[in-house]
Amino acid sequence: MANYKYVGKDAVRIDGMDKVSGAAVYVDDMDFGPNLLHAEIVESPHAHALIKKVDISEAMKVPGVVKVVTGEDYPFTFGLYMQDRFIFARDRVRFVGEQVAAVIARDSKTAKRAAKLVRVDYEELPDVLDLEGALKKDSVLLHPDLDKYSRCPWFFPRKGTNIAHWRKTRKGDIEEGFAEADEILEDTYTVPRYAHCAIEPHVIVGLYDMAGRLTLWSSSQSPFTQRHVFAEALAPLGLTHKDIRVITPYVGGGFGGKAGVSMEIIGCALAMAVRGQPVKVRLTRAQEFYNTYQRQGVIAKIRLGCKKDGTITALEHTLHWDAGAYVEYGANVVNAVGLSATGPYRVPHVKIDSICTYTNLPPGGPYRGFGYSEFHFGLESHMTRMAKKLGMDPVAFRKKNAIAEGDTNGYGSKMNPGDIQKAIDEVAKAVEWGKKEESADPDKKIGKGLALFWKAPAMPPNASSAAFLKFNEDGSINIAVSGMEIGQGYLTVMAQVAAEVLAVPPERIRVETPDTDRNAYEWQTVGSHVTWSCGNAVRKAAEDAKQKIFDTIHRGCGLPVDSLYLEDEHVKSRADASFAMPFKNFVINGIMTQDGTWRGGPIVGSGMFMPEFTSATGDPETSQGGHPCVHYTVGAAAVKLEIDQRTGKMRVLKTALAVDAGQAINPSLVRGQLTGGLLQGLATVLYEDMRYSRKGKLLNPNFTDYKIPTAEDVPDEIIPIIIETPQPDGPFGARGVGEHTMIPAAPMVADAVEDALGLRIKTMPLTAEKVALAARGIDFGSLKTDSIGFCFMGSDPADYDFKSRDSAATE
Amino acid sequence: MKKTITMNLNGDLRSVEVEPGDILLDVLRTRLGIKSPKIGCEKGDCGACTILLNGKVVRSCLILAIEVDGQEVTTVEGIGRNGATRLQKAFVEQNSFQCGFCAPGVVLAATALLDKNPKPSESEVKEALAGNLCRCTGYGPIIDAVMSVAKEN
Repeated sequence: MANYKYVGKDAVRIDGMDKVSGAAVYVDDMDFGPNLLHAEIVESPHAHALIKKVDISEAMKVPGVVKVVTGEDYPFTFGLYMQDRFIFARDRVRFVGEQVAAVIARDSKTAKRAAKLVRVDYEELPDVLDLEGALKKDSVLLHPDLDKYSRCPWFFPRKGTNIAHWRKTRKGDIEEGFAEADEILEDTYTVPRYAHCAIEPHVIVGLYDMAGRLTLWSSSQSPFTQRHVFAEALAPLGLTHKDIRVITPYVGGGFGGKAGVSMEIIGCALAMAVRGQPVKVRLTRAQEFYNTYQRQGVIAKIRLGCKKDGTITALEHTLHWDAGAYVEYGANVVNAVGLSATGPYRVPHVKIDSICTYTNLPPGGPYRGFGYSEFHFGLESHMTRMAKKLGMDPVAFRKKNAIAEGDTNGYGSKMNPGDIQKAIDEVAKAVEWGKKEESADPDKKIGKGLALFWKAPAMPPNASSAAFLKFNEDGSINIAVSGMEIGQGYLTVMAQVAAEVLAVPPERIRVETPDTDRNAYEWQTVGSHVTWSCGNAVRKAAEDAKQKIFDTIHRGCGLPVDSLYLEDEHVKSRADASFAMPFKNFVINGIMTQDGTWRGGPIVGSGMFMPEFTSATGDPETSQGGHPCVHYTVGAAAVKLEIDQRTGKMRVLKTALAVDAGQAINPSLVRGQLTGGLLQGLATVLYEDMRYSRKGKLLNPNFTDYKIPTAEDVPDEIIPIIIETPQPDGPFGARGVGEHTMIPAAPMVADAVEDALGLRIKTMPLTAEKVALAARGIDFGSLKTDSIGFCFMGSDPADYDFKSRDSAATE
Repeated sequence: MKKTITMNLNGDLRSVEVEPGDILLDVLRTRLGIKSPKIGCEKGDCGACTILLNGKVVRSCLILAIEVDGQEVTTVEGIGRNGATRLQKAFVEQNSFQCGFCAPGVVLAATALLDKNPKPSESEVKEALAGNLCRCTGYGPIIDAVMSVAKEN
């Protein structure tokens, strides 16, 4: 292992004091003066309806109202991967809460009052709230013009259906694979929708000034992508990229919810409507739940074939996604899963169908894990069940089939380095796998579970990062990049990367939050890719600055470039042991030579990075032939769970998660991702339970009824384990870990419940209520209630006849 | 019907004219320039707007500004006036926070706990912080930092 001075060290976050002192500024903390206007969104009360008429006359009469805008004002579509949305609904609304109009007023109370006076006449349409309904041959179509939408080349919508995208991966011969199998296990698993629950609600302030400049202050993970989507959507108004500036100060949590463009397009459009005056749109907590993005629901059918000795021969994995009313981002979640739903296993014969279906529920989109948490629930549950069916230990079964470097994945690419075997061993040891444990309390049972995970960043093949770096007079450094500090510690990690190259301690480096006018480009802060991608760009920028430093010293002091090296903020030379030039002596003002003239100048560096081996050119029928993913991060997690049989209440006695970070640039921050991600994952399986009315209205858009964990809900013990098998093209060998830490939580809990109680629950979440009912032999899904968890309408999801629907849709 | 109220805000007497229905959180943020209490849910669930009212932990989104006339209001801006406290330093040294949006509220809740109970047990720390939601950290690094300060007390 290389001996680094700053990389691999538990550096203190460079934004730490900002955050505990109240100095950290978030968008809503910025002052815009007494001219600031406030907007209130007028929302659809219907899941699916035609808009017949919008009457704004009464609202306009309210004193203090400046303007009311509707869909008529903005006949433009937008979207990240597919332009399937209007800024405000125009001809029809497709989910409860969709924006139909907005009132802009001098203060927010006035805006709220006036918004109630906007009268919208609707003609209700039959709604499509469940997948079974959406895929019927005669189903109402949400997007009759689906085939006409502009989209990325790797989406394949089905004209005349509600299927927005269908990713197929085929490898080997699936029938032959099942013919070779001694055991075949087939079952269905369901995962409902989830909400990100960043504590900071989405907020944007827009100002379209009298000189034609549009500036947005946005709480976003994606400033440059937002600028691009805004520029594309508003091109008809004459705006170009140069005219648009997106500034993103600190962001109060993202988790994918602040990626891409959701409500921000409203702020952008409203700013254009009130030229010369800044206007703010801040979502309420309820809107945060239903009008940004939600994690999509999925019904996953798995058929797995194995030989007696435990060797996997074939996997057929069919995933039907409840993608909501618009899929401009969510369809790419479906795509990512369609490529990678083998999980971290060596499978010779593969058939994956990942199908993105429109429903009249809020738009699905990116959420930490990007579909992988969803498919791992079923797949990892299934692996354990297959092992047991074969009479094998689930850990031994996984070790036998786990993917290794050089193995071929589902779409034909070679697996990158990563030590999943070590991860399995470490977490199994941590929970004393195989040792049966009894609770002292006869009402309580203890069970253990273990799950593997893998995940690749889901990006366009040419997603890229860039970095600017500049020295200051005292030898300190400013780095201007556009990855987003969403809590993961990105700013600190970028400082550590530059510190290692330039021999300047991280605490002497300031890393700026994004401003698209001034900072270098970054595609988005998603997919756990910025440490890897932007880290490479920062490293190159630092190397660039280093070369300029050497050049300056060479020309100013006459020392040979190849003798020079950097140490402790000095330039030193192997040719002259007495030479030690502090950076502060020359990085701005240069070096004076003997005749009184100067050499050098302000030291700046720039760097760029783009993976040059990726492509999205795979065959639509098989996904073979392209190279859509840069690399996978792998790992494993295990849990020891105590369950009260009377109440179903579960307590995590111990949990361990091991992830192969390649090289942890800052182990403390990696451990932070483990602790935080694990709890977020555990929350999705133990507590969070999104409920809709039978008319498609979200019933629990608040923290009273949608339970996220408090400090009292943490596991008794968390063991974070970092494995380091370097990523050859990563900065100092690093690869991402941010999303991965929540992926194994749900399946390992389901395994532990089965281990403890002998009950296999195949529908998430596994709330105490559901477990208690199951322990009494009552199936939660059979209870007829007034609320639904997304696609659980009608019959048992396992009985849905998707096969005939699919073929009907294909016709 | 407006009324002028006066509060001791972080050690300074501050007067401001309010309507009876004005929420303290909004008055602090938009009228008095105190931005550390954050707007997270506006109904008392998340704790991002936590302040200390006469040293007690309260939600400023659930309090009318008019109620704090003559009272003492403390926010994070007032906590570190003489330099960062031991608790704030422990949070920084242990990388306790991530996005930081909940941090002002957590700092206040933990400060109030340690003022009242300098050597709390871990379960007392968890209970004291249970009203402050954090979605990033899993709470562990926050609880550990509070416990490290408690141990030194």
